[in-house]
Amino acid sequence: MAEKIKVLDPRGYPPKVVGKRLANRPETLDGKVVYLIDCLFDNSDVFMEQLRDWFAQHIPGAITKMIKPRESWVDDPEMRARVVEDGDVAIIGVGL
Amino acid sequence: MALELDGIPTIPVSTHVFARLAAATAKAAGLPTTRNCFVPQPLVGRTPSELRAYVEGMDPVHKRPFMQGVIEGLTQPLDDEDLKDASFERDSPRYLEPDTDDNLRKLFIQENWTDFLPIMLPTEERVEAMLKGTSHAADKFVGYMRPTSFREAWGFDVEKVAINAVMAGANPEYLPVILAACATGISARSSSTTSWASISFVNGPIRKEIGMNDGIGAMGPYNHANATIGRAYCLVSQNCQGGSVPGDTYMGSVGNNYNYTACFAEAEERSPWSPFHVDQGFRPTDSVISIFFGGWYTHSGFGPRETWQEKFVRMLTAADHFSSPLIVMDPIVANEFVKLGYTKESLIQWCADNAKMKARNYGDDQWVTTLVKPHAEAGVEPMASRLRAAPDEEISIFAPNDIKIIVMGGETQGAFKMISGRYTGRGPNSPGATRGGGRGGADMGPPGLIDVWR
Repeated sequence: MAEKIKVLDPRGYPPKVVGKRLANRPETLDGKVVYLIDCLFDNSDVFMEQLRDWFAQHIPGAITKMIKPRESWVDDPEMRARVVEDGDVAIIGVGL
Repeated sequence: MALELDGIPTIPVSTHVFARLAAATAKAAGLPTTRNCFVPQPLVGRTPSELRAYVEGMDPVHKRPFMQGVIEGLTQPLDDEDLKDASFERDSPRYLEPDTDDNLRKLFIQENWTDFLPIMLPTEERVEAMLKGTSHAADKFVGYMRPTSFREAWGFDVEKVAINAVMAGANPEYLPVILAACATGISARSSSTTSWASISFVNGPIRKEIGMNDGIGAMGPYNHANATIGRAYCLVSQNCQGGSVPGDTYMGSVGNNYNYTACFAEAEERSPWSPFHVDQGFRPTDSVISIFFGGWYTHSGFGPRETWQEKFVRMLTAADHFSSPLIVMDPIVANEFVKLGYTKESLIQWCADNAKMKARNYGDDQWVTTLVKPHAEAGVEPMASRLRAAPDEEISIFAPNDIKIIVMGGETQGAFKMISGRYTGRGPNSPGATRGGGRGGADMGPPGLIDVWR
């Protein structure tokens, strides 16, 4: 039987994950402001335009507003503040 | 996800290839029930009507109409699963369960802890021997790393770097170089879809002390130190940042062979110009590793011949303009440029002055659209002027500071390469930098300084 050897773990130290809560949902989107956030990836703006058209046709009571962060991949507190100030829900895309 | 915490119900929309990554990111952020929705890949190049079909079509991950997921995700009340505490801690044991050599090798491959080339198993004896390469304690914190800016950052200490250095086959005397590279916090395993690599160059006395190759085959597999330092930096990156696993923590579409190993040394003694690290404000006697984030393209040329200027312009304008060029040249080439009357600085200036393209071509680029345009719209120069230019106007695509030159090679040929590589360092010459003020995890001087890790 081959000898057993002891080796060290090559992985780094992961941070502790602290659970958080999703925001409470409204019952309906009628009369609500839906922010469509174009995250600036190629063609995301065109996709968001199509999404806006879809809302106009299918949920005309929802008020859609388009917005962009100052750059991709970076949190934009000013943009978030605007969404929080006069928005009810948001759709962000397309990407991560 | 920040919007959810601000009280705004949010639907993140991604293409289906990001499904695993989206789930992992949500879990690590403490919001595992994030209501992600997906459309098919790709988005790029699709017409408005094709994208409308995405909106009206099926979510390929959840197998339901895309808009059904969006509307339900925004309006369905939170359920028990959403309200469950999503906190957790992950174990990071110092040792693995003892096993046979064969089984441990299989485990390392199975867990994606290698680059699929053979490794040295990091036994206690080998790691202890490796740690003799530095005066620092095994538990000294070195830094954090992450696959990309929106992922969680994992931490690592000297011992973790030593473990991966053993796996790469490095010698203990290389450890300070590997520590200095890792302490920058710049991953050599970026998860970007564009397949980045981190290419590093060593300057200063340590090159000779550890026998790095800056001569014949300097960029090839012809030197133990070059090969294993670069490999160790890559292995630390993948293992100490939380992984580099395709579809989860790695999304590079084509991949990059600089991700195996890419650490080289400048031929300071045979260069007619000042060493690269001295240009950045380090002392000639400092040993420094400089990291260039790039690896998208590598163009080769020979000369300089009579028509070198046209050749350089073709190469510079063929470079992806979001990833500026690092020009690596054999001493023969550098000396020929000196004969033509160029200094390093004036050659860089010539490149910046002559690398021009029509504004239309500059703008028709995914990364200009995504990353440069927002700065241009905010009035940041030179991006703002480039954006304002008429479509047929010839505009400069690189500033002098974007272009770097490093001299190395065996003088068997007047060869040079232009490699995608943005200098990531912040040497003492950078605005606001001081010799004592580091960044990242450990306060160990300017990024890349090797001597502090001896």
